[in-house]
Amino acid sequence: MGKTRLIAETGAGQHGVATATAAALLGMECEIFMGREDTERQTLNVYRMELLGAKVHAVDTGTATLKDAVSETFREWTRRISDTHYAIGSVMGPHPFPTIVRDFQSVISEEIKAQLLEKEGRLPDAVIACVGGGSNAIGAFYHFIGDESVRLIGCEAAGRGIDSPDTAATINTGRIGIFHGMKSIFCQDRYGQIAPVYSISAGLDYPGIGPEHAQLAKTGRAEYVAVTDDEAVDAFEYLSRTEGIIPAIESAHALSVAMKLAPTMKKDRIIVVNISGRGDKDTAAIARYKREEHQ
Amino acid sequence: MTDIERAFSRGKAFIPFMTAGDPDIKTTKSLIKVLADEGADLIEVGIPFSDPTAEGPVIQSANMRGIASGTTTDDVFQAVKELREDGLDVPIAIMTYANVVFSYGTAKFMKKMKDSGFCALILPDVPYEEKTEFSVPASSEGISLISLIAPTSQDRIDKIASDASGFIYCVSSLGVTGMSDSISSDVGEIVRSVKAIRLDIPAAIGFGISNAQSAAAMAELSDGVIIGSAIVNIIAEHGSDSPRYVREFAKGIVSAIR
Repeated sequence: MGKTRLIAETGAGQHGVATATAAALLGMECEIFMGREDTERQTLNVYRMELLGAKVHAVDTGTATLKDAVSETFREWTRRISDTHYAIGSVMGPHPFPTIVRDFQSVISEEIKAQLLEKEGRLPDAVIACVGGGSNAIGAFYHFIGDESVRLIGCEAAGRGIDSPDTAATINTGRIGIFHGMKSIFCQDRYGQIAPVYSISAGLDYPGIGPEHAQLAKTGRAEYVAVTDDEAVDAFEYLSRTEGIIPAIESAHALSVAMKLAPTMKKDRIIVVNISGRGDKDTAAIARYKREEHQ
Repeated sequence: MTDIERAFSRGKAFIPFMTAGDPDIKTTKSLIKVLADEGADLIEVGIPFSDPTAEGPVIQSANMRGIASGTTTDDVFQAVKELREDGLDVPIAIMTYANVVFSYGTAKFMKKMKDSGFCALILPDVPYEEKTEFSVPASSEGISLISLIAPTSQDRIDKIASDASGFIYCVSSLGVTGMSDSISSDVGEIVRSVKAIRLDIPAAIGFGISNAQSAAAMAELSDGVIIGSAIVNIIAEHGSDSPRYVREFAKGIVSAIR
């Protein structure tokens, strides 16, 4: 392609760190766009990106979160396209981005399936993953879509609740729209203005969802449930305490649903929860959240 | 003669842009009248959108001010309808984003456009490959969906130009809207390749035209100039007092291009 420079948006910073790592390995120039608010709640990842040689731009437009970072990366790409590739961070944006990202991420379900068949000789009963734009979820679902016995559960960020304005639960509260180069489901008002969504999690704080998830929701092949900040924080603490694994606050949304689902199932059933990121990056923000909660 | 043909029938066309509701819809109506008075040939009115991805900082801020003033799609239709009832006959186009049209109901939006007295629609986030969803309902109401051609369109120029209606919007430079001191890409070449395919349709140049000098230079190369950010900057500075400053600016442009 002749491209020497990589740009990407990032919410929680995971995709930014991954892109910066690839750029460092290949000796490419790298610039990451991140909402100002997210650079503040994810300072560890900002430092990691800079450590890898990337330049991090704090985006001040709009709500200063993920959707604005995406818009700003598109703007940058139109400004300088001849030497620059946009490594989009989720299964979203114009075709063929949702397909490209899904194909890369589908290694997750390929791996889950191979390991489970090897160890247990059967498929899981449920696969659970968090959904912002939906890349880790589509990756975890993809090779199970044809296996009707496997429940696929996507977990959206309800923020302070799906009946409050402070939510990012797109499938539970949105409707069809056209934005960021895709026709899918978006949180919006009656005139099509994109809603200023909210979640404790910077990675799920996006007002849309990848079009393939919209399709899975419509056909009913996957279920999409909403998880509040409080429930996600409880799950974050639970896994840290019981297993010594600190999950990303994004992934803690999926974990919370597993904690509710498991007691309803027989003991020999298999649930796979995709812990899509580590939570070291979130510890400072969660500690702050807990302090505010106790005030 | 269609409204757009009329817009390009008086020599080089002056096509000013403003975002509706910046700072309020009353000022928008005054601005439209002032620009028509000063010889604008076609006026582009933006319906504010929360996430205007094709805009630079100047017009992004105007969109935010338009939303903050509570200006809705229906308010924009109503404002132009009232101007028509008062006898204003300058051709007027809408510039907005796909979701504003889609969420309103695309067919209903086009009908409202026609009933309120609009002639054309510009949607910078709808590519050629996806345009029929909008162009078909538009043309059934006599509305032209305007095609944009950018320096990166290259081998798509043929098909975009062949299918274009109304006029062709040639984007002068890479990137988003905004005022630049120099227009980097060879926009003359773009206009020439468009003209090689369609001589029957006017081609106007937009993005980055900030003053009388650059307007004159771009008018040399094409059939008209689209000026947005420079006008929006005046509105940002003077607010509801801006029409008289915009009038002075418009006089300068018109005398430079004709």
